Amino acid sequence: MDKFEKLTGIAAPMPLVNIDTDMIIPKVFLKTIKRSGLGVNLFDEMRYDRQGNEIPDFILNQPAYRESEILVAGDNFGCGSSREHAPWALKDFGIKAVISTSFADIFYNNCFKNGILPIVLPQEAVDVLMKDAEKGANARMIVDLEAQTVTTSDGEVFEFEVDSFKKHCLLQGLDDIGLTMEKAASIDSFEAKASAERPWV
Amino acid sequence: MSPKTLYDKIWDAHVAHESDDGTCLLYIDRHLVHEVTSPQAFEGLRMTGRTVRAPDKTIAVPDHNVPTTPGREDPANMTEDSAIQVAALDTNAKEFGIHYYPVSDIRQGIVHIVGPEQGWTLPGMTVVCGDSHTATHGAFGALAHGIGTSEVEHVLATQTLIQKKSKNMKVEITGKLRPGVTAKDITLSVIGATGTAGGTGYVIEYCGEAIRDLSMEGRMTVCNMAIEGGARAGLIAPDEKTFEYVMGRPHAPKGAQWEAALAWWKTLYSDDDAHWDKVITLKGEDIAPVVTWGTSPEDVLPITDVVPAPESFKGGKVEAAKRSIDYMGLTPGQKLSDIQIDTVFIGSCTNGRIEDLRAAAEILKGKKVKEGMRAMVVPGSGLVRAQAEEEGLADIFKEAGFEWRLAGCSMCLAMNPDQLAENERCASTSNRNFEGRQGYKGRTHLVSPAMAAAAAITGHLTDVREMM
Repeated sequence: MDKFEKLTGIAAPMPLVNIDTDMIIPKVFLKTIKRSGLGVNLFDEMRYDRQGNEIPDFILNQPAYRESEILVAGDNFGCGSSREHAPWALKDFGIKAVISTSFADIFYNNCFKNGILPIVLPQEAVDVLMKDAEKGANARMIVDLEAQTVTTSDGEVFEFEVDSFKKHCLLQGLDDIGLTMEKAASIDSFEAKASAERPWV
Repeated sequence: MSPKTLYDKIWDAHVAHESDDGTCLLYIDRHLVHEVTSPQAFEGLRMTGRTVRAPDKTIAVPDHNVPTTPGREDPANMTEDSAIQVAALDTNAKEFGIHYYPVSDIRQGIVHIVGPEQGWTLPGMTVVCGDSHTATHGAFGALAHGIGTSEVEHVLATQTLIQKKSKNMKVEITGKLRPGVTAKDITLSVIGATGTAGGTGYVIEYCGEAIRDLSMEGRMTVCNMAIEGGARAGLIAPDEKTFEYVMGRPHAPKGAQWEAALAWWKTLYSDDDAHWDKVITLKGEDIAPVVTWGTSPEDVLPITDVVPAPESFKGGKVEAAKRSIDYMGLTPGQKLSDIQIDTVFIGSCTNGRIEDLRAAAEILKGKKVKEGMRAMVVPGSGLVRAQAEEEGLADIFKEAGFEWRLAGCSMCLAMNPDQLAENERCASTSNRNFEGRQGYKGRTHLVSPAMAAAAAITGHLTDVREMM
């Protein structure tokens, strides 16, 4: 997995609440057996018309935001299905961090498995960051995972919370499965005990 | 010993390792797998030379993109990309030696219907699947939730998940339901009350007289949509109804093992003085048959109500409601029962079980769907379909003008050919009314099976109580 340490980039404002995983990557693009190549279809139905032409008003189609690396989004971002295609599409497009007041649980976990940092901040902070993101390409936001801060283009700093284990894995770009396999002895002994206690499982 | 919730008890029984920071390896008893979210996980195993740790606890079934029309055993009758995913599942199931129900098997169906039906899902288990509606299995008092593809790979390789414990929420539905009100109306009404982010960070336990009164099918409908309320999982404590449902199923314990299992299952309830981080109580008698008007499952109102004004909401929801009403082609103040529909879909892991088909058939008996209506029943499994045929329900549907399809997810997420065309409007027993969910620019109103049947007859969203 790619490491996430510190990012300075363009943030795109997407104030809509309840942006669901069907919006992030419509199901027609789930019929792939690969993880890559989904960026072109990120937000497909909001981003393109039926003929495949870009809808100019859509934020990521605007010249200032085409190279965005951060999204500042409305509440409950990533709700809906468990499809990991949503973070795959964000990642493939180039989004490395998403900021919102809350995220759906499965999407939140999926982000960390793909080197994307989801950041939860209170409404007042997200409001300030949304305004900062609206300034466009000349305004670079800074996300520092080690320090757990987001800094606006004006230098205003917001601290965020993140689970220490998830932070560690993201900073180091660690492979979860490899880490768990180091604990194989614990799994073995649990399995032996559980199958004695609950042999019907 | 300190009092525990049901969630606490199941959690504690499955922690294989706990780190100092509280990060746990949670042991997984059942891993359900389908064709859309698993190919990359199996590929990951191959690339790293890993294997499936517990193939006997892993069950695969194609459901998301399989056609629901005859001849689907032949890949030539599928779109090429769907056929590739189904073929990949077939190969992976055989290569890694996991349990598998292909479309040619009568036991095939939606993974969350097959699991309980075959007795794979049992009380007190941990159950995961690369699908958010895994919450369904919580109806058995199993801790069940959806996971992403990286986590699917993690479970395949290690039979564990890296987890931190969620908070406990109690949702109590007191008293009795009124006639015409179903499990679907309960679960939608709860989401209407809490919002789609109301459950974020929690595992919900549903309890109260109205929940106890529900059949297992109804309980599965309630837990199925816990995810729409943002919760990691929904749970209902197992009771005699649960044990009766499970007993005799192909993979349920038998003989002495049954007795041992039953003894443990009977300890699976929340202690009287257990701690709840949040409690929500609804009165059963206050719940009406409901419909959704917008593009979020929280956009729920009784059928007797009207399309709301966006200004009646607060914060970011004002803009979202404007967008929803525009997308749905509705006008604030319009009576919900005046909304004309052209499509009815009965099926999905929310409402594709035998009791759902019975409820719809009860309304449809001796009646015809409105002229021009496209109406479809997609049973949740081959076995549900066979039972419905045996009970004469299939004939009622067919005589009323419904298409009688083969089992799968179908128009719930429209990954197969069953889709809405642009601006088509559907009364649907599924679980999500998101933009484009049932087809590009398609419009979805979520309802119970009885309400869907009523709408099929009248051609507009209808209060089913008028037809009872």
